Amino acid sequence: MNTLALTNNTMTFPTSKDPSAANSKDQAVDIQTIVEELKHATQPVGVPFLDDPKFYTRDVDVFYTGAKQAIFGVDLDIGKNEVIAMIGPSGCGKSTFLRCLNRMNDTIDGCKVTGQLLLDGEDIYAKEQDPVLLRARVGMVFQKPNPFPKSIYDNVAYGPRIHGLTTNRSELDDIVEDSLKKAGLFNEVKDRLQAPGTGLSGGQQQRLCIARAIAVSPEVILMDEPTSALDPIATATIEELIDELRQSFTICIVTHSMQQAARISQRTAYFHLGYLVEVNKTNTVFTNPEHRLTENYITGRFG
Amino acid sequence: MMQMSNKTELVRASLAKRYAREKRFRFWGLASIVLSLAFLAILLSTIFMQGWPAFTQTYMQLDVSLSTEALEVDANAPADKLRAASYDTVVMNALTTRFPGVTERKQKMALKKLVSSSATYDLQKMVMTNPKLIGTQQSLWVMVDDDIDTYFKGNIDRTQPEADRRIKDFQLVWLDDLEAKHEIERRFNLPFFTSGDSREPEQAGILSALMGSFYTMLVTMTLAFPIGVAAAIYLEEFAPKNNPLVDFIEVNINNLAAVPSIVFGLLGLAVFIQFFGVPRSTPLVGGLVLTLITLPTIIIASRAALKSVPPSIRQAAYGMGASRVQTVFHHTLPLAMPGILTGTIIGMAHALGETAPLLMIGMVAFIVDIPQGITDPAAILPVQIYLWSDSPERAFTEKTSAAIIVLLFFLVMMNLLAVLLRKRFERRW
Repeated sequence: MNTLALTNNTMTFPTSKDPSAANSKDQAVDIQTIVEELKHATQPVGVPFLDDPKFYTRDVDVFYTGAKQAIFGVDLDIGKNEVIAMIGPSGCGKSTFLRCLNRMNDTIDGCKVTGQLLLDGEDIYAKEQDPVLLRARVGMVFQKPNPFPKSIYDNVAYGPRIHGLTTNRSELDDIVEDSLKKAGLFNEVKDRLQAPGTGLSGGQQQRLCIARAIAVSPEVILMDEPTSALDPIATATIEELIDELRQSFTICIVTHSMQQAARISQRTAYFHLGYLVEVNKTNTVFTNPEHRLTENYITGRFG
Repeated sequence: MMQMSNKTELVRASLAKRYAREKRFRFWGLASIVLSLAFLAILLSTIFMQGWPAFTQTYMQLDVSLSTEALEVDANAPADKLRAASYDTVVMNALTTRFPGVTERKQKMALKKLVSSSATYDLQKMVMTNPKLIGTQQSLWVMVDDDIDTYFKGNIDRTQPEADRRIKDFQLVWLDDLEAKHEIERRFNLPFFTSGDSREPEQAGILSALMGSFYTMLVTMTLAFPIGVAAAIYLEEFAPKNNPLVDFIEVNINNLAAVPSIVFGLLGLAVFIQFFGVPRSTPLVGGLVLTLITLPTIIIASRAALKSVPPSIRQAAYGMGASRVQTVFHHTLPLAMPGILTGTIIGMAHALGETAPLLMIGMVAFIVDIPQGITDPAAILPVQIYLWSDSPERAFTEKTSAAIIVLLFFLVMMNLLAVLLRKRFERRW
């Protein structure tokens, strides 16, 4: 919490915009030329690479049906037990990149991923790599809370059940209780574990989804705008939760809210039109961005 | 300012037009609903008015003397002798005793035809179960012939000239006498539900057709439901998208749903009966043909139901590391079940009312015996209706309507079941 408060205090968001029309026209031309530059850049600015990363990705391209390219040559390392935030305007490939990390893009017809993606040095797109196993190691929480229309207990127990993680009922009970506790939901639902998960409030549903994801003890949790459908109080609860979960998991979070990225992440990656522009410590990205595009984005000139 | 008010005027003028259009549209919508409801009411009321009398049957009291002389057997005779005893004579004797003085040959014939031929069988059954009755006097209620029944149901006008009537004046004298002495009774027509088809309208029942329909539906259900749902799951969840072959299959399934059903009948005749040698006019071949007709409906409904399952549920399952099959069977299919069941039941209801293709595969035969399995020759309800509607006897008119009522009853029941299942399994997310 302390670090969060600190980041909050040191953050500044320039609010004044240059009103002159001529200037903004220049700006538009400017962005166009920068994109041209991005095409020729070999790696993002900042510090994209780490020693001994959890995820190691190089030159990742993603194509959708009809040779539509969504991501262009992304190089990024994701460290162990860090929260990395991916920010950028809509449709810039943040979610697409996130979904590469547990091969959720496999479920989209006509989606093709090329490049190198390693989890602990192991190629996750290798032929012998089983996406089912991968997704047991890399969990996911989605934008809209999507609990199964089953009881709270069954929602959390689903993962351990299908992966055969437990041999008896009491072990499963323990996992369910433990996961709900970690997700900060146990006290609210302990008396109604058999009630339908869909009957909870939006924030509770999202925490149930987090509990469901951590029930299989993944190594990484991917979060695709987990709070965009929630009210500020529920958002705050989940943000606190993310900070606690960092102790045990690596967390990649896509967010539309720059403030949220600043509050919860250690590193921030800025995506623009399918290019990874800049990666650095969150503090550095928000206070001293290296790239002109990043600066324009975080100061609110476009977005 | 001038421009502004001008614009307001224009909008106001167009508003009046728009509202008028809306009013017209609502009127036409309401009118068409009223019209269709009126037609439905006319249809149902006609059928019920015509069919209602068929659920009752006129019975007549008959005092029979089961004498050894008339029967030509005694109580100790073996079963085959008892079966062959002349019950005809006993019935005729009873009638002549009741109406003495009938001597003219034509009138004697008419007297014999006062009661249904089932009276003889009733008597035979009675004596066979209890041979001790031989030598006693018995008073029993027997069915009257269909013409007499029709008269008592008020469908023969006695004011018409005698030549135009199926009941002659001398018969009317008998009937009036019977009625005056309370030897005539209207009872619930149980034999209508417990016997098979017959050439005698008063003895014709729908049980054989009901059982035929039941076995046919059983075959259809067992084949069409699993095949249809499996096909839908494959096409919706597993088949590659944007694949020309899959698209081709899809288009053809939609086309099959629009193929006239008689074509399926011809197909059944050529393939199932001629080529595979499935016995004709059996529920088995009927069920096979109806399976072909129902399959497209079930596949299309099931695919729509699967498609309407929110993708977020599938994503959640994949995200948890569920395999494709696990995702389908743990999540997608249970959520799609209400829609699938509704589609299936509506398809089955459609199949239950299907007639034309079954005529092609010989299910139009006159079946008296109640089918005991899927390989016994059988008629089915809609074909029974068709057969009866084609019969010349006046009494079959009401039987036709009664059979339609029974068929409608089952259709309504099936639709009700569909609604209940949907309510029962519907889940929110």
